[in-house]
Amino acid sequence: MSNQHSHEHGHHEHGHAPSTFKGYMTGFVLSVIMTAIPFWLVMDNVLANSSTTALVILAFAAVQIVVHMVYFLHMNTKSEGGWTMLALIFTIMLVVITLSGSLWVMYHLNNNMMPGMMPESAHAIHEMNEMP
Amino acid sequence: MFEDTSTTQLIFGRMSWESIPLHDPILLATFISVAIGGTAILALITRFKLWGTIWRDWITSIDHKKIGIMYIILGLVMLLRGFADALMMRAQQAIAFGDVAGYLPPHHYDQIFTAHGVIMIFFVAMPLVTGLMNYIVPLQIGARDVAFPFLNNFSFWMTTFGAGLTMVSLFVGEYATTGWLAYPPLSGILGSPGVGVDYYIWSLQIAGIGTLLSGVNLIVTIVKMRAPGMEMMKMPVFTWTALCTNVLIVAAFPVLTAVLAMLSMDRMPGTNFFTNDLGGNAMMYVNLIWIWGHPEVYILILPLFGVFSEVVSTFSGKRLFGYTSMVYATVVITILSYLVWLHHFFTMGSGASVNSFFGITTMIISIPTGAKIFNWLFTMYRGRIRFELPMMWTIAFMITFVIGGMTGVLLAVPPADFVLHNSLFLIAHFHNVIIGGVVFGFFAALNYWYPKAFGYKLDEFWGKLSFWCWVIGFYVAFMPLYVLGLMGVTRRMSQFQDPSLQIWFVIAAIGAVLILFGIIFLIVQLYVSFRRRHALRDVTGDPWNGRTLEWSTSSPPPVYNFAFTPRVHDNDTWADMKKQGYQRPRSGFTAIHMPKNTGAGFIIALLSTVVGFALIWHMWPLAILAFVATMAAIIIHTFNYERDYYIPAEEVIRTENARTAMLEQHV
Amino acid sequence: MSEINATSDGVMSADPSARYYVNEHHPENGTLLGFWLYLMSDCLIFACLFATYAVLGHSYAGGPTGVELFDLPLVAVNTALLLLSSITYGFAMLEMQRKGLRNTLIWLGITGLLGAGFIGIELYEFSHLIHQGAGPQRSGFLTAFFALVATHGLHVTFGIIWLVTLMFQLRKHGLTPENNRRLMCLSMFWHFLDVVWIGVFTFVYLMGVLT
Repeated sequence: MSNQHSHEHGHHEHGHAPSTFKGYMTGFVLSVIMTAIPFWLVMDNVLANSSTTALVILAFAAVQIVVHMVYFLHMNTKSEGGWTMLALIFTIMLVVITLSGSLWVMYHLNNNMMPGMMPESAHAIHEMNEMP
Repeated sequence: MFEDTSTTQLIFGRMSWESIPLHDPILLATFISVAIGGTAILALITRFKLWGTIWRDWITSIDHKKIGIMYIILGLVMLLRGFADALMMRAQQAIAFGDVAGYLPPHHYDQIFTAHGVIMIFFVAMPLVTGLMNYIVPLQIGARDVAFPFLNNFSFWMTTFGAGLTMVSLFVGEYATTGWLAYPPLSGILGSPGVGVDYYIWSLQIAGIGTLLSGVNLIVTIVKMRAPGMEMMKMPVFTWTALCTNVLIVAAFPVLTAVLAMLSMDRMPGTNFFTNDLGGNAMMYVNLIWIWGHPEVYILILPLFGVFSEVVSTFSGKRLFGYTSMVYATVVITILSYLVWLHHFFTMGSGASVNSFFGITTMIISIPTGAKIFNWLFTMYRGRIRFELPMMWTIAFMITFVIGGMTGVLLAVPPADFVLHNSLFLIAHFHNVIIGGVVFGFFAALNYWYPKAFGYKLDEFWGKLSFWCWVIGFYVAFMPLYVLGLMGVTRRMSQFQDPSLQIWFVIAAIGAVLILFGIIFLIVQLYVSFRRRHALRDVTGDPWNGRTLEWSTSSPPPVYNFAFTPRVHDNDTWADMKKQGYQRPRSGFTAIHMPKNTGAGFIIALLSTVVGFALIWHMWPLAILAFVATMAAIIIHTFNYERDYYIPAEEVIRTENARTAMLEQHV
Repeated sequence: MSEINATSDGVMSADPSARYYVNEHHPENGTLLGFWLYLMSDCLIFACLFATYAVLGHSYAGGPTGVELFDLPLVAVNTALLLLSSITYGFAMLEMQRKGLRNTLIWLGITGLLGAGFIGIELYEFSHLIHQGAGPQRSGFLTAFFALVATHGLHVTFGIIWLVTLMFQLRKHGLTPENNRRLMCLSMFWHFLDVVWIGVFTFVYLMGVLT
C-alpha cells in the first residue's frame, strides 16, 4: 500500500524559501559574466603580468562559487536550522587545511628530500649523473 | 592446461591454481578448521531451520538495535582473527634470534602484521564503535530508529563484506605485505605486483563507503530526530561524542577513498600519482593518508570517551561534572584533529618549521582530553561509587590511557620522535591508547549496555576474571615494548640478531597469552551469562539506576523503542524523570509508523563485493558485469516506494501490557 | 544551535507524568540535510584531487604541459554547456514548484542532453589527448589532470543516469513529496558539480595555460 502519509511539514522546511525565476536568471547572468571574463583574460592575454591574471581569475572563481551557492543552491543561514551553513563552513575550513597544508608540507618535503627538482627545471629530464 | 587460454584469462583473470596457498601448513590448517567449523555452523542452522529467521529478522533488518548487535558480533569475531595474528607475531618474535629463524618466513610475517593492523582498526574497532553508536544513540535521544534505516542496513553489509574480502585473501591469493597503511612505492605495482595490496584496497573501499554513509546517517539522526525538548546542550554526552565522531567520519573518510583510488589507479592503469619516476611523488600518499589517519584515531576514541562519561556518572550516582566543558572539549578535539597529521611522519624530512608547527598542535590537542579526565575524576569525587564491571574497566582505562597519552606527548616532540619513530616505543604507545581507550572502553560499554540489549546482565565472576587477565596482560605485553623501543628496536621485524633483547620479547609473549585468557574468559562470560540468564534477568529495564533515556525502555526495548515519544526537560533526562516521580503510561497507545525490512542492502553490498573481487583478480568481464548488476540493483531499489508500515495499535498495547505485568510482578 | 520544539509544560492534567511524553510525534525528514552532508564529503574528495593536482601539476616528466595541451575554446564550450544545464535544471525546479509535471520533465530532459553533450566533448578531449601520447600514464601532471577532470566527469555521468531514472519515476508517481525531495537532491548535486567545474576550469585549464 503506497504511503502518501502527510508527514511533511509543508514544502517549507526550516527557512526553505521557494526558488524564483528572477533568482535563477540573476545567478545565471552573473555566472556567465564571471566565466566569460576569465576566459577572455587568459585567451586574449589581456593583462601583461600572468601572476596578476592568475589572482584575478581565482578571485572571479571564488565569487562565482558564492553566486552559485546563493542563487542556485539557496545557501542561507536558516536552512535546516543553520546546520547546512555550519556543515559548509566546516567543510570549507577542511578544504583550506587540506589544500594549504598539503602544499606547505609537500613544498618543504620536495625541497628537502628532492633538491634540484625545482619547477623551473621541470622540463629537463633528471640526469642521474648530475647528482652530487 | 586449457585449450583456449584467452577465455580462461577472461574468466579467471590472474587467478590460477597456484593462488590457493596449499604449500603453507599454517594456512592449510586454518582453512581446514574454518571449513569444518563453517560447515558445522551451516549444518546447525539448517537443522534448526533458522535460515528463515536469520534472513527475515537479522539480515534484512533495518532496526538500529539489530544492526548494532550485528556490528558488534562482526567486531568480536574479527577480534579473534586479529588477535590470532598478534599471537603469531609474539610467538615468532619471542623465538627468532640469531640462527633461529622462527616458524614464520618474512613474507608471511609481513602479511600478518599488515592484516593485524587493518583488521583491528577497520574490522574490529570501527564496527564495535559503530555498533555501540547505532544501538544507543536513537534510544538516548528518544527516537524510534535512525534517519535512514535502509542505508544503515546497507552500511553494515558493506562493512561486513569488506571484512569478508579480507578474510578471503587467506585462502585465495595473499595479503598485502606493506603494513596497514600500504605506503607506496612498496604498495605500487612494481613493489607489490601480486593481489595482496589489491585485496587491501578493495576491502577498505567497500567498507569505507559503508562507514561514510553511516556517518551521514547518525549526524542527521542526532540533528533531526531528537525528542521534543532535547536541545543540543541537553543531549547525553555519549550522543555528543557520537555526533562529533560521525562529523569526523564524514570529513575524513572521503580522503581515504580518494587516496586508495589513486593508489589503485597507479596499480591498474599505471598512472603516476605515487611512482618514483615520471613525476609521481610517494610522499604525497603519506601526506594524504595521514590527513585521514589522524582523525580516524579520534573516530575510534571519542565514542568511548562518551561511554566513560555515562558510566562514571551512573556508577558515582552523580550528574557528570562539567557537562559544558565536556562538550566543548569534544568539539575542540574534533577540529584540532585536522591540524596534527604530520606528527605521523616527522622524520620524512619536512624540516624544522613544519615539524615545529605540528609538534605544537599535537601537544595542544592533549589538553582537552586532559580536561575530560579531570571532569571524570571530579564526577567521582564525593560520589557513591559502585565498582561494578563497567566502572572497573573505566578506572583501568583512566590509568592506562593516561600513560599512553603521556608517551604520545613525548612522541609529539620532533627531536624525540626522530629517535623513536617506527620503533617499538611507537607500537607500545598506540596499543597503549587503543587498548586502554578503545578496548577497555568497549568492555565497559558491553557490560553496561548488555542488559539493555538482551534483557539480562553479564556474569560478574567471569567478567572480573576477563578484566584482570586483560589489564595485567596488557601491561605485561606492552611495557617491555617501551623498553625495547627506547633501546632502539625497530618495528615490523621478524628476526633479531641481539640475544639480549629476547627476554623482553618473551615477557611480551607471556602478556599476550594473558590477554588470550582475557578473551577466552570473555567468551566464557558470554556463554555462562546466557545459561544463567534467568537469574541475571533485568526486569525493570534500569538495572544500574541509569540517568539517560535508554534506561526508560524495557530490556530489550520493543521494536519501536518508545510507545510514546518522550518530552525532555533537563539533562540526565531519565534521572530527572525518576526524581519527579514519573509513572509510565499504561494506555492510550496507537499504531506506530515504522520502516520495513529489506534485502536490497545485502544484495547491493554483495554485488559490490563481487566487483571488488573481480577487480583484484583482473577478471574484467566479471567486474563489468557485476558493476552493471550493482547499478541495476541500486536503481531497482529506488523504484521501491513502499518502504514502511504501521505496527497495529493492538500489538503495541499487547507489548506494553506485557511490560506492565512484568514490572508489577517484580515490585 | 537549533531547538526542535519549544519546551512547554502543556495543559495541566490529572497525570503529572504527561509532561514527559507526547502522544503523536513525527520526526522531521532528514533527506535534504543528509544529502547535503554527503555533498560536503564529496567536496573533500575533490579537495584531495585538487591538492594532488596542485602538488603534481608541474611534474611534466619531460612530457607535454598544459600550455601545449589545453584547448581553451573547447573548454569554454564545455563550460557553457554545463552552466546552461544548471539554469535548465533551475527551470525544472520552478516547474516542480508550480506542479507542472510535463514541463518539469521537459526541462529535465534538456538538462540531461546538455550534460550528455558535456560528457561527449570531454570524452573527445580525452581521446585526443591519449592519441597524442598525453594520456594519464605519461606524467604526474597528466595523471593528476585526468584524475580530477575524469572524476568530475564520472559524477556528471552518474548524475545523468540518476536524472533519467528520476524522469521514469516522475512519470510513474508524479510530483509526490518523495519525488520532490529526490528532485531537490539531484538539484543540489547538479549545481554542486557546476561549482566544482568552476574550480576545474579556473585552476586547471586557465591557470595551466598561463605562463
